[in-house]
Amino acid sequence: MAKQLMKGNEAIGEAAIQAGCRYFFGYPITPQNEVPEYMSRRLPEVGGVFLQAESEVAAINMVYGAAGAGARVMTSSSSPGISLKQEGISYIAGSELPCVIINIIRGGPGLGGIQPAQSDYFQATKGGGHGDYNLFVFAPASVQEMVDLIMESFDIADYYRNPVMIMGDGTLGQMMEPVEFKAIKKRDLPPKDWATTGCVGREHNIINSLALVAENLEKHNWKLQEKYKQMKENEQRWELYKTEDAELVMVAYGTTARIVKSVVNKLREQGIKAGLLRPITIFPYPEKAFALLPDSVKAFLTVEMSAGQMVQDVRLAVNGKRPVHFCGRTGGIIPTPAEITKVAMEIMGGER
Amino acid sequence: MPKVEFDRERCKGCELCISVCPTKIIILDEKINKKGYKVATVHEMDKCIGCATCARICPDTVIKVYK
Amino acid sequence: MKVVFERPSALSDKQTHYCPGCTHGIIHRLVAEAIDELDVREKTIGVASVGCSVLAYEYFNCDMQQAAHGRAPAVATGIKRVHPDKVVFTYQGDGDLASIGMAEIVHAAARGEKITTIFVNNTIYGMTGGQMAPTSLVGQKTTTSPYGRNPEHCGYPIRIAELLSTLQGAVSVARVSVHDVPNIIKAKKAIKKAFEVQLSGAGFSIVEVLSTCPTNWGKPPLEALNWLKENMIPYYPLGEYRTPEEVK
Repeated sequence: MAKQLMKGNEAIGEAAIQAGCRYFFGYPITPQNEVPEYMSRRLPEVGGVFLQAESEVAAINMVYGAAGAGARVMTSSSSPGISLKQEGISYIAGSELPCVIINIIRGGPGLGGIQPAQSDYFQATKGGGHGDYNLFVFAPASVQEMVDLIMESFDIADYYRNPVMIMGDGTLGQMMEPVEFKAIKKRDLPPKDWATTGCVGREHNIINSLALVAENLEKHNWKLQEKYKQMKENEQRWELYKTEDAELVMVAYGTTARIVKSVVNKLREQGIKAGLLRPITIFPYPEKAFALLPDSVKAFLTVEMSAGQMVQDVRLAVNGKRPVHFCGRTGGIIPTPAEITKVAMEIMGGER
Repeated sequence: MPKVEFDRERCKGCELCISVCPTKIIILDEKINKKGYKVATVHEMDKCIGCATCARICPDTVIKVYK
Repeated sequence: MKVVFERPSALSDKQTHYCPGCTHGIIHRLVAEAIDELDVREKTIGVASVGCSVLAYEYFNCDMQQAAHGRAPAVATGIKRVHPDKVVFTYQGDGDLASIGMAEIVHAAARGEKITTIFVNNTIYGMTGGQMAPTSLVGQKTTTSPYGRNPEHCGYPIRIAELLSTLQGAVSVARVSVHDVPNIIKAKKAIKKAFEVQLSGAGFSIVEVLSTCPTNWGKPPLEALNWLKENMIPYYPLGEYRTPEEVK
């Protein structure tokens, strides 16, 4: 298929459809409204169903029902709406149902604002709702990457029987970039013989997250943890940029990483050997990437559109071996290359 | 001859069947079941008319009716 | 001699956890009988809710999904949209449906979602130990209305059948009771009809079933049936509030 210019939010919808998603349940919230609008137009054309729910709470529970019934299903929202969905997401994770959830993040807390932010990192990567569980979380940095990852997400969700979240921000949702819908490498997926499809000639299937006997619930939890362990072993993804000889490694994801990439180049022009480590999966966190960095690294600088959330995972990965610094803007402000450069220069001992 | 069969182990001894039996032939057995309930039982089966009234009010599907 | 009454095949072999004399068991059986009579067990998907009926997924011998508190109609919507050819029902109590799940039930009904809801109203939160429900009667003593429900303080009980019957998408709305055998027979007919309405594709159907909670009402089972008859029915009148014939 040829490249076409698409708005991020619309590309999300098309990528899902190309991946076989036929059901979408959502509720309006800025800055992701083009996703449900696109789906309401496109899904009927491919024999699918778009339904505008009465709330985010209802939408995620419709996703639960549809996923339990064996369908490829997606919902999308933005920060306050994703908070409302947390109950349902916990049930989906507990019941081991596959689905894809889009979060086009805006600044918080509370109603916050409608400008781009990355302040839902903790919520996305540390569970979000109640109980010991994790989502599989992708953090794309371009519309094309977002499309590629969404198309793969449905397979990953089915493979692990786990919800997958795509964490974008208002910038990624609203900007237009050329995209191409490429066929993805298919995974070997198990049949959905657990789905509620009507018990013709078999025992009845039950989709459930209740386990009143503590021993059984613990067993179920260890099973979930084993799944997350497998994700950590097999699915970590990252991009390294100019880290081969780096003395300062900057860590950033999503649209922030694009800004940081330009900062890396600017710093190199000024004689500072900077590099970028860009996590593509933020759960599982790409700890393996840190082990690949050269001994020349003297310090790390994490850049986020938050008050400092991913920086904690960077510190865990670095494990005290090098100092880890932080530079961030919050509330919907995008950090400028100049301010990041200034912080980097300070860490590296000022101008050369 | 109509008859009813009570599944002793399902019975919780709520006595609703006793209250509706038109021929008043159901009583509580003094012997308890595994759950610890005194269970409903029929003491004069020959008087059973197979009306299934007891079965219809039983919340635990204890009763099977033959006619 | 032939069997004239037995356990329906749409019930599993599991014994229920319900208290002695609790009429949930009767309502489960009526739903299962309707499923059997319509011969749809293998194409039925049920949704269990939160409250005493939380374990319904173990008791119905058809595919089942367990839903979060109040969300059963949303879950059922997701299922039905994926499988429009299947029979989808929710089984919900009064706390679940009329309190925390009010938005979900109203909107499922308004959309004319082609599902069937069995709404068990026993005027109390049973599973959590007898707290006041949205359907608790004025003056009714519960563990959170120890002096009796005072409408000055917490308003009046909600009549769900009447409320939902104002919605165009709710094509079949009835209230029945299971306090005696003639009413149990009527309740069965209403439940079967609600499933038939779904099969006809006409829209949303709901049967509100007045039910007892001997344990949390603090009454022996038989006395509880009488309490239902004397106290609940005057406030919650039985009958058909909306029928598909009326809608046409």
